[in-house]
Amino acid sequence: MTRFVAGRIGFYTLIAVLLAFFTIPLLWLATAPFTSDPTYEVRMPDFTFENFQMIIDHPYALWSLVNSLVLAVGTAVLVVVLSALAAYALSRVRLPGRDALLYALLLLSSIITGTAAMVPLFQLAIELGLIDSQTGLILILSGGLLPAAIFMIKDFMDSTPKSYEESARVFGASPLQIVRHVVVPLVRPGLATIAVWTVANVWGNFLMPFLLLSDVEKQPAAVIMYTLYTEGGQANLKVLSTFGLLYSVPVVLMYLFVSKKYGFRFHGGIKR
Amino acid sequence: MAAIELRGLTKVYPGGVKALDSLDLVIPDGEFFALLGPSGCGKTTLLRTLAGLETATGGSVVIGERDVTGVQPGGRDVAMVFQDYALFPHMNVTDNIAYPLRIKKVGKTERQEKAAEVGARLGLDQLMDRRPGQLSGGQQQRVALARVMATQAQAFLFDEPLSNLDARLRLEARTFLKKLQRELGVTTVFVTHDQAEALAMADRMAIMEAGHIRQIGTPAEVFQRPANTFVAAFIGSTPMNLLDAVVHGDTLEVAGCKVPVPASAEGLLTEGERLVYGVRPEYNTYSAEPAEGSLGGRVSIVENLGASHLVTLEVNDVAVQAVVPEGDEPAVGDEGFAVPRRDRALVYRDGELVSA
Repeated sequence: MTRFVAGRIGFYTLIAVLLAFFTIPLLWLATAPFTSDPTYEVRMPDFTFENFQMIIDHPYALWSLVNSLVLAVGTAVLVVVLSALAAYALSRVRLPGRDALLYALLLLSSIITGTAAMVPLFQLAIELGLIDSQTGLILILSGGLLPAAIFMIKDFMDSTPKSYEESARVFGASPLQIVRHVVVPLVRPGLATIAVWTVANVWGNFLMPFLLLSDVEKQPAAVIMYTLYTEGGQANLKVLSTFGLLYSVPVVLMYLFVSKKYGFRFHGGIKR
Repeated sequence: MAAIELRGLTKVYPGGVKALDSLDLVIPDGEFFALLGPSGCGKTTLLRTLAGLETATGGSVVIGERDVTGVQPGGRDVAMVFQDYALFPHMNVTDNIAYPLRIKKVGKTERQEKAAEVGARLGLDQLMDRRPGQLSGGQQQRVALARVMATQAQAFLFDEPLSNLDARLRLEARTFLKKLQRELGVTTVFVTHDQAEALAMADRMAIMEAGHIRQIGTPAEVFQRPANTFVAAFIGSTPMNLLDAVVHGDTLEVAGCKVPVPASAEGLLTEGERLVYGVRPEYNTYSAEPAEGSLGGRVSIVENLGASHLVTLEVNDVAVQAVVPEGDEPAVGDEGFAVPRRDRALVYRDGELVSA
């Protein structure tokens, strides 16, 4: 009995420590922006909005959030549209060596990460005149995310019965009509997954925009965050915490929205 | 409305599998036609080639005097009901029925009116706002039928239309389908592996084996006079007795017994020839007393078929079956005699029917 109680106490203590490990930084993020003189401690805030005023007055902070949004949404649209079309073709057309091609794409894209491809990508962007351009950055980010996206969405496409499309074909629907009327509605949860995954990826991406965008007015929040230092070279906790909070809100909202709409029960959309 | 004609239709799959081997077939306008055969015989391939979902390797498909061999599925003016019905799960019943009209760019109000009209005709009026997932199997089938009716196509193609329904519903749906086809008068081809379904519904049918058509005929023709031993064994809910026989004058020696030469083969046999004698259990009269021209032996098995019994006799180590009406069934171990009807018994030479 004593051993059982001791075991339970030990177990819950462990859980409490683990939880604290994740909770305390979040608590800090929630309280520090409202504190007039934040340190690394979690303290009861004095509910000042001074820090937010500093962000509003900052020349680039708010714009950088808009830039992040432009990059994330632009990339998500491009990735969803292109991966849906490519995955549909790959799922339906019999090509010799199709699966090998897909696995090779996936493997290469996960081995050759951003860091390894940094120099060639930079040179490519210069050659193509895509340096310091948000469009160029969107194209490059999409390129990096597409293989995995195609791979994921192809799974959804494979699981939709072919008879739906054949049925539409016999009624005279063109391939694009079939994709619009039948395939896309059926794999909608998959497309939502891809969109969320892309937005989250781009939102948190630091390296690519840091590398390819030199104009501070075009830089996204992840890069601007890196510049929030005091003149002494110390991290400016006032702006940093406040900006961190603002930076995380859109992603949290997106998750809440998608989770409400699809419940994250991604079951392929087919009820039998 | 249109007749369908196949001329030398051949389909070879990549890898050399010959699914259809130079088929010729004419289905007149308004006929309810069944493609029957065991799985892998090419019946579904034939239907899909008619629809244009498979391209023919050789030969041609003519629908309503128009050669459609190279035409895309959408341009053939046929409508198809798939085995799983292929109702779009994200659309309600109205939108499903109206989908072919949407493709034809019919206005929204007009196509909804049309869907409501067809739906009401098939008793779906209370269900028009439901999704396919909320419908029973029978209701889904009626939605699929309503959808092909809305197309006003020249011919309908049904792939195993009843196989997704449970046994009781299947009988109901069978009657319903036959009645609907008669009312609409649209040329309809359906595929089935169930001979009872084909016999019950079709005006005519083709029995297929390994890419070939083995017989074309009305249900009565294929049941009473199967053209070969394959069809004889395939058709009928109890398989036909196919017994080795030797000709002796105007009798045949079958399993050590003497039976008269069947009426259909009279004068066509040569003395001492080895043949196959075929008679359906339904065309065997059972007798407990020895009878002229009968197959006599011991009763080994009695199977209950409801209003009748299927009795298996061991005739000199050869099994012979007869259908016996209820009340007259013998007990296992009794001595019994099967008397084949001379006008229904058949003789097969090298697997093909011997007849004038």
